[in-house]
Amino acid sequence: MKKFQCKICGFIYDESTGDPEHGIQAGTRWDDIPENWTCPECGVSKADFDMTEI
Amino acid sequence: MPRTVVIVGTGLAGYAVARELRKLDDDVSITMLTNDHGGFYSKPMLSNALSTGKTPQSILNSDASQMSSQLKIAIRPHCPVAAIDVQRSRLVLQSGEEITFDQLVLALGADQVRLPLVGDGVAKIVTVNDLDDYAKFRESIANKKRIAIIGAGLIGCEFANDLVAADYQVDVIDIGTQPLGRLLPPDAGAFLQRKLETAGVNFHLNTSVETVDNRDARFYLKLTNGHSIESDLVLSSVGLRSRTGLASAAGIAVNRGIVVNRFMQTNSENIFALGDCAEVEGKVLPFVMPITHAARALAATLAGHATPVLYPAMPVLVKTPACPTVVSPPDFNVTGEWHTDNDGDGVKALYRDGSGNLLGFALLGAATKEKMALTAQLPPILS
Repeated sequence: MKKFQCKICGFIYDESTGDPEHGIQAGTRWDDIPENWTCPECGVSKADFDMTEI
Repeated sequence: MPRTVVIVGTGLAGYAVARELRKLDDDVSITMLTNDHGGFYSKPMLSNALSTGKTPQSILNSDASQMSSQLKIAIRPHCPVAAIDVQRSRLVLQSGEEITFDQLVLALGADQVRLPLVGDGVAKIVTVNDLDDYAKFRESIANKKRIAIIGAGLIGCEFANDLVAADYQVDVIDIGTQPLGRLLPPDAGAFLQRKLETAGVNFHLNTSVETVDNRDARFYLKLTNGHSIESDLVLSSVGLRSRTGLASAAGIAVNRGIVVNRFMQTNSENIFALGDCAEVEGKVLPFVMPITHAARALAATLAGHATPVLYPAMPVLVKTPACPTVVSPPDFNVTGEWHTDNDGDGVKALYRDGSGNLLGFALLGAATKEKMALTAQLPPILS
């Protein structure tokens, strides 16, 4: 499971916990998140995230 | 010749517009001017960099030349603007050079407010408002122990939490009776205060700093309540003031920020503003989410499809891991009352009007899990 960090606000998407509040179940891989998903903290698009090792 | 859009400022707001505009228009010429190095980084990451193991170097996401090739734009670092010539649609640089624009975007940001304090240590009080400031801050706290922070607002609380987590001794001084006084009702403020105190933060509330003296690399703060604090460094975080000087000198309307309409347009037709320097329908919102929304609308407008900005409810996350906090303060012109519920694990404070409509909230600790459900009930900030 990998983590991705928003370049804009620093929010971290962790594949193992997902984003259940926005319908993204725990364990959802980054590639499987819909392209129209946006950062829950700052609203930018999925393209503005970087993979990050934390 | 393609149209030329000039953006002054390479912070989050400036880059957000450049990025969104480039998505819509391959041909428009975009030039960005900045006082600093022009690199792209996430400003919100500055206040939790210690506990997330980041350095000033690792916070820098891309330098100016990388951004320039990524977005196909011209970036002019260390290039301060002296004046805007509104009549001739030109910028006058401090070097004397003039740059013509078809459309100008002001993404100037805000300055940290400086309190008028007395003492021979005042000139050495530090503020952190950008990555360069932060790099200096990290250098000056190396091998130090005690940090005094003036101001218990968002930035003060976040830095305090980050510093105690890295084993610094932290004193926070604020004239108010609680931390985050402008965002939280009293019960919620008290909850946050206790959590931060448990994490190690020493609060000095209901008082202000009278003098800051400096002897042998140590600072001595005298408070109006008679107490004194010794520290190795003093950080001031008492608020932000929009940078309006350049605009007002050019005759552009300013109030608390540069006054813009729903199209992020100033009273000068081809000059726009967004981010911490801008006041949209009376609101100055120095947070990231409003920038994202404003940048998308403005980019569409600049690309020829006039698009008003819509702000949904935009809760603000306070990065205090000792007490997770999310707050959506009620608009300044509404009337209602706070209803606060503290179950020990968290605080849920709801601001409702006389008819029971939810107009704002503050969620702390375990209550933050209700953020989404409650946000859905809030009215939009600009509909």
